[in-house]
Amino acid sequence: MKFSLEKIEHFARLARIELKEEEKKKFAQDISSILLYVEQLQKLDTKKIEPIAQITGLKNVLREDKVEESREEVKENLFKNIPERKDKFIKVKKVLEN
Amino acid sequence: MDLTKLTIRQAHNSLLKKEFSTEELIRGYLKRIKELNEKLNVFLDVYEEKSLEQARVIDKKIAQGGEINLLEGIPLAIKDNILVGGEKTTAGSKTLENYLAFDDAVVVKKLKEEGAIILGKTNLDEFAMGSSTETSYFGPTRNPLDLERVAGGSSGGSAAAVAASMALASLGSDTGGSIRQPASFCGVVGFKPSYGRVSRYGLIAMASSLDQIGPLAKTVEDIEIIYQVIKGGKGKDSTVVEIEDKSSFNEENIVIGLPEEFLKETDKKVVEEIEKVVGLLESKGIKVERISLPYLKYALACYHLIMPAEASANLSRYDGIRFGFNSSQGETLWQKYAFNRGQGFGLEVKRRIILGTFVLSSGYYDKYYLQAQKVRRLIAQDFSSAFKKVDFILGPTTPTPAFKIGEKISDPLTMYLSDIFTVPANLAGLPAISLPCGKIGNLPIGCQIIGKQFQEKELLEISKLIEKEIKEKIG
Repeated sequence: MKFSLEKIEHFARLARIELKEEEKKKFAQDISSILLYVEQLQKLDTKKIEPIAQITGLKNVLREDKVEESREEVKENLFKNIPERKDKFIKVKKVLEN
Repeated sequence: MDLTKLTIRQAHNSLLKKEFSTEELIRGYLKRIKELNEKLNVFLDVYEEKSLEQARVIDKKIAQGGEINLLEGIPLAIKDNILVGGEKTTAGSKTLENYLAFDDAVVVKKLKEEGAIILGKTNLDEFAMGSSTETSYFGPTRNPLDLERVAGGSSGGSAAAVAASMALASLGSDTGGSIRQPASFCGVVGFKPSYGRVSRYGLIAMASSLDQIGPLAKTVEDIEIIYQVIKGGKGKDSTVVEIEDKSSFNEENIVIGLPEEFLKETDKKVVEEIEKVVGLLESKGIKVERISLPYLKYALACYHLIMPAEASANLSRYDGIRFGFNSSQGETLWQKYAFNRGQGFGLEVKRRIILGTFVLSSGYYDKYYLQAQKVRRLIAQDFSSAFKKVDFILGPTTPTPAFKIGEKISDPLTMYLSDIFTVPANLAGLPAISLPCGKIGNLPIGCQIIGKQFQEKELLEISKLIEKEIKEKIG
């Protein structure tokens, strides 16, 4: 399958990634060749095969719905990582359009 | 004190016998890091003061006649996608260049509780996406045995740290071979436990159904010592499995399988080295059977659909708002996300996110992602039928020895092929180890042994036996 520039732009948009023109061209080429390689899976008959999402065989792992207080140090570290903030609030661009 | 030959138990015994102090041991490694790091680019961060401080506390304890744990005072290196609380954790990415780990990963907490000393963090491919440590934002790690060549990846820093004796042992992570492949390229032992054996809490996620943390070290015994400490940790990772590891290992009636698929398309000289190992085992009376795993040839294609799909979902959290690279560009919230991500991520990461987004998108999901998950079952079934006839599966870890820096970086598909023998164990969730088994010129070759699910004890037993044979007969 040939992966066009338009497709790259579409999926980059969905993934919220701004790409440079030369990146788009390279990715169109790279992803085309990766898709050509993985095409070999299409010829396998898997009609009766159940897909695997995880390999351990574990089922319904639950825990108590209990709030655990984080250590002060942990909270402080989390705040230090926020690029733009005011007090304990994270600054973001406007979410609602005018 | 010859650091290049030291093992964990030897270091422990020497500390007890006061042949050297913990501080001297740590200073020895810090000195090697200082001498070699500029050339090799192994460590991204070194905790010099903290390590020495910790060493002095342990020395006081020893002087007062106190008992110390086996890992107490042992200098380790940690791959920089595993959190060490309060320290920078970059995952080799520009977006996390200044990211401060909020807490210790479960494995780090366990190592600290035993008194291990964490010397610092090692280089890796960006978000562990790569097979050469060349996709790191901080530049490639060089192979200590040949500076023109890669150390492998993505745990290239952790493998090189052990190979160059800049740490006694290290932790890496393995999604498709990222512990075993660099271990093989650098001539050290690398172990990926079964999926679910070790808590992934505090490991920066790449592909969550495949990622697993494991140790790299000089000997299988050292690997075992670290594995025994880091395993388990139920609670914060719901995929942790704590079932008993029963070993029925008996040298007399072992059968080892050698899949023909592992020898095809492999460098002839690599095959020769593996044949030598087979010869050693046979001369010890161990039966080696040629087997076939017909779906093995689809493993790499299967992996390169499942892995980017999971990675694209995991990496959606890096929006540059709560943490991570914050671009000066972008007027609206949407644009801001796109610039933060577009400028914060490198090429390989962006390529995998876009491919992953595509294979999960409506209209393509069934054809690519779902089909890959079905093929994954066929591959896992291939292994379970093989394990009815054989106890272990043996083959080369990689089709070639370490390649040159720059040789494969521009063509992703060629690079991906270096993981062709390591990926199947991740897809099937099996434990697998790479042991140094020979050399082509100056370049080490690794042999991989794959064990049954959750039977790491047996796998480590046979590995010790093979390691001993190789050391005695091949050197």
